[in-house]
Amino acid sequence: MIATESLSKRFPRVTALDRLSMDIGPGVTGLVGANGAGKSTLIKILLGLSPATEGRAAVLGLDVATEGAAIRERVGYMPEHDCLPPDVSATEFVVHMARMSGLPPTAARERTADTLRHVGLYEERYRPIGGYSTGMKQRVKLAQALVHDPRLVFLDEPTNGLDPVGRDEMLGLIRRIHTDFGISVLVTSHLLGELERTCDHVVVIDGGTLLRSSSTTDFTQTTTTLAIEVTDSDGHPDGTRAVREALHARGVETHDEGGGLPGAGHILLLTAPGEETYDLVRDVVADLGLGLVRMEQRRHHISEVFTSSDDQRKEAVGHGG
Amino acid sequence: MAVEQPAPVTAGGDQSRIHDIGYRGYDGPRLGRGYARRSLYSQSLCGAYGLGRSVKSKVLPMLLFVVMCVPAAIMVAVAVATKAHELPLAHAYTRWAIVMQAVISLYVASQAPQSVSRDLRFKTVPLYFSRPIETADYVRAKFAALASALFVLTGAPLLVMYAGALLAKMGFAHQTEEFAQGLVSVALLSLLFAGIGLVIAAVTPRRGFGIAAVIAVLTISYGAVSTLQAIADVQGNTGAVPWIGLFSPVTLVDGVQSAFLGGSSGFPGGTGPSGGEGAVYVLVVLGLIAACYALLIRRYKKVGL
Repeated sequence: MIATESLSKRFPRVTALDRLSMDIGPGVTGLVGANGAGKSTLIKILLGLSPATEGRAAVLGLDVATEGAAIRERVGYMPEHDCLPPDVSATEFVVHMARMSGLPPTAARERTADTLRHVGLYEERYRPIGGYSTGMKQRVKLAQALVHDPRLVFLDEPTNGLDPVGRDEMLGLIRRIHTDFGISVLVTSHLLGELERTCDHVVVIDGGTLLRSSSTTDFTQTTTTLAIEVTDSDGHPDGTRAVREALHARGVETHDEGGGLPGAGHILLLTAPGEETYDLVRDVVADLGLGLVRMEQRRHHISEVFTSSDDQRKEAVGHGG
Repeated sequence: MAVEQPAPVTAGGDQSRIHDIGYRGYDGPRLGRGYARRSLYSQSLCGAYGLGRSVKSKVLPMLLFVVMCVPAAIMVAVAVATKAHELPLAHAYTRWAIVMQAVISLYVASQAPQSVSRDLRFKTVPLYFSRPIETADYVRAKFAALASALFVLTGAPLLVMYAGALLAKMGFAHQTEEFAQGLVSVALLSLLFAGIGLVIAAVTPRRGFGIAAVIAVLTISYGAVSTLQAIADVQGNTGAVPWIGLFSPVTLVDGVQSAFLGGSSGFPGGTGPSGGEGAVYVLVVLGLIAACYALLIRRYKKVGL
């Protein structure tokens, strides 16, 4: 979908992108980086609106330097900032934007109705946008990016300014853009946790360079961590300890959940290399005559990976210096 | 961790509600840049008369349109009733826009900002430029739309007069010639006023300031230039009068039409620029139109995305 090759962008004072090479396939891809990491600059270059200082990039197999117009016809873009006039209705606005994308008038109206319904705007779409909530405005912004049925959309910080529920709805919607609509997504965020649930692939950039690029399964599921919680019984006043000792006896390492959350001391974390571990835990708990309150998979958070790679980098810098 | 669990469930509930009707792709035609530019042009042209906008925004442009046309209709009615052989106002076709310059300025001041300031102020511009349409397409569409709207505003009263003149059986050839000259004159005026109005509006994203600035540039410059011309004329410095006229849009158009389009001049003393001076007027008008276009392109290169 997107390929860049030692892509650099230098402004007189700052280097926004520094020899960035990456290859992004179909699916939902998260582009993570702190503010000023070069995310928006990258999107501008990929839309063919800003020439790269050096290097090459291709979107949908089209060269950004020479085929910008063809790229923009098949790509959608949702900007980070507000971009909606308050005095028109969502329908009028999205129809207009559909025509700007080259859709004939009738198709523009049909696609607008469809797209607004898919992003979750119903009767309110006939009211002026000025009266919308932040969540509704974000949906209109998303709809205008999808209305011409692009093959790829760039979503720049789509969850900005949303409350937790709105954030989850938006993330669910982004997931559906790929699974239901078949449109690939490049979504930027400075929050790693969000992308963990939504993306197939995460690219981390910092200071214009590629920090890491891998699939979220690599990030979060290289090992499955199992969290278990058991009841206490008369025979075993401290059920957790009894299970821990029984598991140790069978050669399974456990560790306690940190973080100091309520009940954290009662949850055991253990590494499960395969399915047999689940059976083992079940048998051990049953043999002890305890109740199994919870046994769930815990994923690592991308942020942990991010921190560790950050540490590694610092280490490398330390060794180098 | 555990806190996160309920949230996806609610999201899932919403999803299934939205889900009901499946997604349909679009594999129809995509008409590209030229079509997008034409769509933007027609949308902006309609918008300049409030069509497709709220009732409130239709009031002023429609009112100004009526103000432009009704006096022309009355004049024609009088001419028909009195069986006159000429329209009551000498050189009516070319004079009309100059006489009505305040109305035209007000129209430009109200419509130029609504045409471009909204997109700038609400940052809608990046949405255009993330599509096949490019800076030059956007600027051309907006420029052409406002110029066309002005041409309709200034051309309609001429049409009323022409139709009236033919009804009153005034000389056909003479009327047609003057009507054609009038149309050329208002076409130039439309391009010039549209350019100036759009440039000012494009650098003042706040709509109120834009309106004030356009009025200031169009009418205050006309007032100042007319006053200076009058002073020069009174002091017997008649040679300076045409050169002073180069400094306001209204007198520029006046000069061009009195030199080449058979119009009478509104300058003090009634003498417009001579042939050579008139050529300078034409060059200045065309230069200004081109400069406005270049400035707009430059402005939008900066604000795009």
